[in-house]
Amino acid sequence: MKYIDEFRDGDLARQIGARIVAEAEPGRQYSFMEFCGGHTHAISRYGVLELLPPNVRMVHGPGCPVCVLPIGRIDLAIRLALERNAIVCTYGDTMRVPASDSLSLTRAKARGGDIRMVYSAADALATARANPQREVVFFAIGFETTTPPTALAIRDAQRDGLANFSVLCCHVLTPSAITHILESPEVRQLGTVPIDGFIGPAHVSIVIGSAPYEHFAEEYRKPVVIAGFEPLDVMQAILMLVRQVNQGRAQVENEFTRAVTPEGNLKAQALVSEVFELRPAFEWRGLGTVPYSALKIRSAFAAFDAERRFQLAYTPVADNKACECGAILRGVKRPTDCKIFGTVCTPENPVGSCMVSSEGACAAHYTYGRFRDQA
Amino acid sequence: MRPNDHAVVNLGGIRKEISVALVSDVKVGDYVIVHVGHAIGVIDPEEAQRTLELFAQMEALAQAEGNAP
Repeated sequence: MKYIDEFRDGDLARQIGARIVAEAEPGRQYSFMEFCGGHTHAISRYGVLELLPPNVRMVHGPGCPVCVLPIGRIDLAIRLALERNAIVCTYGDTMRVPASDSLSLTRAKARGGDIRMVYSAADALATARANPQREVVFFAIGFETTTPPTALAIRDAQRDGLANFSVLCCHVLTPSAITHILESPEVRQLGTVPIDGFIGPAHVSIVIGSAPYEHFAEEYRKPVVIAGFEPLDVMQAILMLVRQVNQGRAQVENEFTRAVTPEGNLKAQALVSEVFELRPAFEWRGLGTVPYSALKIRSAFAAFDAERRFQLAYTPVADNKACECGAILRGVKRPTDCKIFGTVCTPENPVGSCMVSSEGACAAHYTYGRFRDQA
Repeated sequence: MRPNDHAVVNLGGIRKEISVALVSDVKVGDYVIVHVGHAIGVIDPEEAQRTLELFAQMEALAQAEGNAP
């Protein structure tokens, strides 16, 4: 496919790898966080790590949407289906995330909940149109990439006067999560998570642009290189980060210029700010409660806000004790540091959220990396 | 292009109807980046070419140094 195959060329990847080996200074340790789950997946799937020298290490970040979704929010969606008889529509990955009482949305569906997997927010809207006698709730999760389609669905629902559609909004923001990681004690004081730079997300940056990252580069002196999701993009971004560290620079650079501009997608941004406003606080799995890190529906669209419509109250629920997802999401631990990785917790039967989505650090390592460990 | 800001994309041979309501000025023949059924961005062919040329320079450099792995 055009614009994909060219960016997966193995020979070129090896050449970029050789440049990284040549330019990474032997006495120095380089530690870069790929924030986004799409990059975590690409790094594991294409064996990017094997082309890096031992002193260049990648740390997985918390940018996998279902991984950071706390149990309490999934419980809300399950209760809407089981106790309020609503049709709950959601993205496929969300279906299998473990929740309270040994339930997940999939298991709640088996118990009779009308829970439907949809491909887009527009499909949830279509479900509401097709079932006018039922309440239809779209369980909306994700970063800045899935937020504009949700905003569009809410705006269209209002325009068409749809009375049975609402959204349980769990949309979260990338820049606040990066700030939270940089401010965390592990990074700031303890030094247990050395981060010398970030690979900036691909699709998120298409929407928000490259400008929002300037703050991290300036304030925290961390280079950021925005990269596409193909393996050559990731390799090139790592090389650009190594060069910035060597030269003592901390700037925002854009490797993904074919899709990312400094200002981003202004049309999508305008729609998002019309429908949503900042939430003062939101709980993330792994990161805890992060101020101003998520969105809620503006009062002008209150009729489409499931939290208001059903008067939902959020209760935080602790993760499974054996699960290390929290530490893995903060970059403190690796998937293999978790006792239940690959034994009790597998993609078929996930205990923690990082094992659910293909973008999760544990699922990516289980699928593509676990045999490499034994080699 | 279809009514209501919809369009048909060709995804490696698969035809799929998506929404183009979130992007401005798309036309038939453009390459778009699709996320959950919505085009969120349009590929800039010139910038794509520039990135590929950057990779090609790497190849040339490796050959010039004669130490290609």
